[in-house]
This record gives sequence, structure tokens and C-alpha cells, in this order.
Amino acid sequence: MLQIPCPWCGNRDEVEFRYGGQAQVAYPEDPVALSDAEWAEYLFVRANPRGRHAERWVHSDGCRRWFDVVRDTATNEFAS
Amino acid sequence: MRSRPSRSIAPKAERLPDPPARLWRSADPKRTYDVVIVGAGGHGLATAYYLAAEHGIRDIAVLERGWLAGGNMARNTTIIRSNYLLDESAALYGHALDLWERWPGELDYDFLLSQRGVLNLVHTEQEVRDARRRAFANGLNGIDAEFVGPDEIAELCPILDVSPDRRYPVLGATWQARAGIAKHDHVAWALATRASEFGVDLIEQCEVTGFVTDGDRVVGVRTSRGDIAAGRVGLAAAGRTSELTETLGLRIPLQSHPLQALVSELLEQVHPCVVMSNHVHVYCSQAHKGELVLGAGIDSYNGYGQRGSVQVIERQMAAALELFPIFARAHVIRTWAGVVDVTPDASPIIGPTPFEGLFVNCGWGTGGFKATPAVGRVFAHTVATGSPHPLNEPYGLERFRTGALIDEHGAAAVAH
Repeated sequence: MLQIPCPWCGNRDEVEFRYGGQAQVAYPEDPVALSDAEWAEYLFVRANPRGRHAERWVHSDGCRRWFDVVRDTATNEFAS
Repeated sequence: MRSRPSRSIAPKAERLPDPPARLWRSADPKRTYDVVIVGAGGHGLATAYYLAAEHGIRDIAVLERGWLAGGNMARNTTIIRSNYLLDESAALYGHALDLWERWPGELDYDFLLSQRGVLNLVHTEQEVRDARRRAFANGLNGIDAEFVGPDEIAELCPILDVSPDRRYPVLGATWQARAGIAKHDHVAWALATRASEFGVDLIEQCEVTGFVTDGDRVVGVRTSRGDIAAGRVGLAAAGRTSELTETLGLRIPLQSHPLQALVSELLEQVHPCVVMSNHVHVYCSQAHKGELVLGAGIDSYNGYGQRGSVQVIERQMAAALELFPIFARAHVIRTWAGVVDVTPDASPIIGPTPFEGLFVNCGWGTGGFKATPAVGRVFAHTVATGSPHPLNEPYGLERFRTGALIDEHGAAAVAH
């Protein structure tokens, strides 16, 4: 089980969290200006690296805080 | 000496076929091929088989970074069924099941196809309505499926607890009698044997790291054993697909997750069919040798490590005990994980790419094994002719742009 570094509570067991996928995906500033392909890209395509991945978690069973963290998807190590 | 296909449904221990001598040639890569398939799992091998058998293409290499059928083909829970809700899925998986029934004879290899039937249990009134709808939809698509109540379920699978006082009482199920299991390793070996006889080069320990391009045309692959030129390239690389397409700047809507499964020790044959439950969330069958084989949903996070978290195992065991009190004293012998590539609509992507000469078969997520024969057939057609077979036409990359999604989160029967 992952030990996830909550910025508020410190390292806690994964069961207390929910996963939020890739971090820092901004909503398009002007959605209407987007082509169908660009909109599909925003809606459906996310980074899927084997290695360092900036991702979101929410400490749903704890302090309820959303935060970003970098984890290596091959080793499960979190960047300090 | 080859044994004949068997169709035993009776829950008795079956002897596995004797281990054969060498089944296929191990090849070193040539410098050029008409077709290169990336990934020697079930899908890659089936594609090579059909390219040779139905399209007369014999100059083929199947490249595998590890060992043949050592990825998700070695890690799945061997369930075969076709009771999917939507027309596009019913057509594809239905075709796969037809081919499964033909394969033991066609491939002349007994891989212990056992059509013992699958029960998809429902535990709430809404699930009852959904299951009835799915059984009707299946019927309209020519797929055998019926809705059964607790009494019939108890007859089909006596070890299931269908008493109404359980925390999650079994209110009914869909029953597909033609569904079942097969020995996954032997399926791969059967395909490798036949492909090799056609002259296909099966090349292990040869990792594809990128592509050789000429403008927007893919003309070969870069590998750990040098560049290999190819007239056409077909990807069947499951969880590692995006790593490859990223090298071209081609972004495909895939997320790679761990998917875990487990087995018990060898036990007497007690479980006559396959049982799946979305609600308590576990699926379970008993292998020919006697292990209980259990699976459930993916780990929530992206992961390439072929390992998952312990709570996922804990929860599927709790779910199994809810359904099968008789399992209380069984032991977990092994757990493992594969890396599965999940799409936003829980349906696969099979078709051409913006790069000429490059074709993808990916996004099978948690459900690729059961589709193996149909994938081989339609992906071979796609690679050989350059355009999709009618069965995989709806499964192209463009559906994410047009919005014509094939949303199968329900019938996937696995939490995504």
C-alpha cells in the first residue's frame, strides 16, 4: 500500500485518499475557440508516463485537502 | 502427439496436456519485414496468425521485450464471455466467442476451453433492471443470455450463498452458458506454434524503443537489437502503448493501471462455473488444476510496476467470502499484477493512426483476453488492408473527437 505524503497530515496510508489523475490540467481559457480535436485532447488525453508523474490526490478520509505530488509510476517513490 | 480438444463442463480435475517438445522456432531479427507486430502476447500472436492464415502475409516479425506471452497474457483470470450491452461490443465479443469455439479444432491444440457458463450477479433492484436490460439486449444481438433468480442460481452454483439475509443478498443474475475459461498460456503456445509453422519470426528479448519515420510515415522500429525496417507496424503492447506512441508525439487517451489477481492453493473441484459480481466486486472461477482464481478492479493510480496495493486484494477476498462462505479457510498462495491500459469509455482502440504504416490495438484495459481471437482477426485485417474490418470500424481513435464513444463501463464488469 502506498504511503502518501499529505502536506497537512504527513505520510498516511493510501486507503485514506482518492486519486485525482494528472495535476495542473487547466480548463481551457476560451473553450468555444477550441477545435473538436483540441477539445477532445483536453477532455480525454492525459499524461501516462512510466516514471515521474505529477498527480493529484485528495485526503478524503482525513483533512479533505487536495494536493499535487510527484510520484514515479514505475517504482511508486514520491519525490520529496 | 497432440491431444484432441476437450469440452468437459463437469467440475472434475482435468489432466493438463503433456508438456510438448519445442513448439516454435526462436528467431533472430532480420533487418526488414513486411509486417512487424509489437508485443508477443495473445493479441500480437493472434494477429500474426491471421495475417498469415487469412491474408497470405508470411514475412512477419512479432517482437517481445520480455518472454512470449509473459505480460498480461500470463496474468489474466482466463474468463471468456460475450455478454456485453452495446451493439458494437456484442458484435466484437460475440465474434470472439464464435472463434473460441472453432479454435481448438482449427489450431489443433487442446487449450482446455471449458464452457462452464458465467453468472453476473446483481444485488440491488436497480442492478436487477440493468441485468434484465442487458439480457434482452444480448438476446437481440444473438448472444445467449438469460436472467435467472436465486433458486436457479443455487442450482447452477450450489456453493454460492443466495440466502436473503446476507448483507448483499443475491437478487438474480445474468447467465451465459457459452461463457467459460481457457488455459491462457496454452492459448498463446497454440498461436505461437501455428504462426511459427507459417514462417512468422517470434523474437523475444527484443524491446521496441521507438520508430523509424519518413515524414509522417512509419517505416520501421528501433529496438534493443537494432533498427528493423517494416512495411507496416502493428502495436499490441497493452500498458506500454503510450510510451511508444509518445515518441512520435502521438497522444492516445490511455492510462496505465495495475490490475491485480490472486490464486488459492489447489483445492478439490467445488466451483462449477464463473461468478462475477460488480456490486461486492469480485470475479471468481476454479482453474482446471484446482486453484480458485480471483480478480477485481484496477488500482486507482497509474502504475507500471506490475504490482498493486494490498487493500485491493483484501477487498476482493472480503467480497468472495460474502458470496462463497465455503472459501473461508482457503489460503492466498500468490497475488500479482499486470499493467492494463484503460480508455475513457472502457472500450478498446483498434485502427489506423495519423502515421501511415502504423496501426494500434490498445485500450483493452481489463478485458482483453476474452477478445483475443476477434482481435487477431480484425487487427490483421486492419494491418493487411490499411483500413478497419467492419467489426472494429467503431473502435477508431477518431471516436474521441466525434463523441461516438462506446461506453462499456457497465458490462466491463470491472471497476475502472
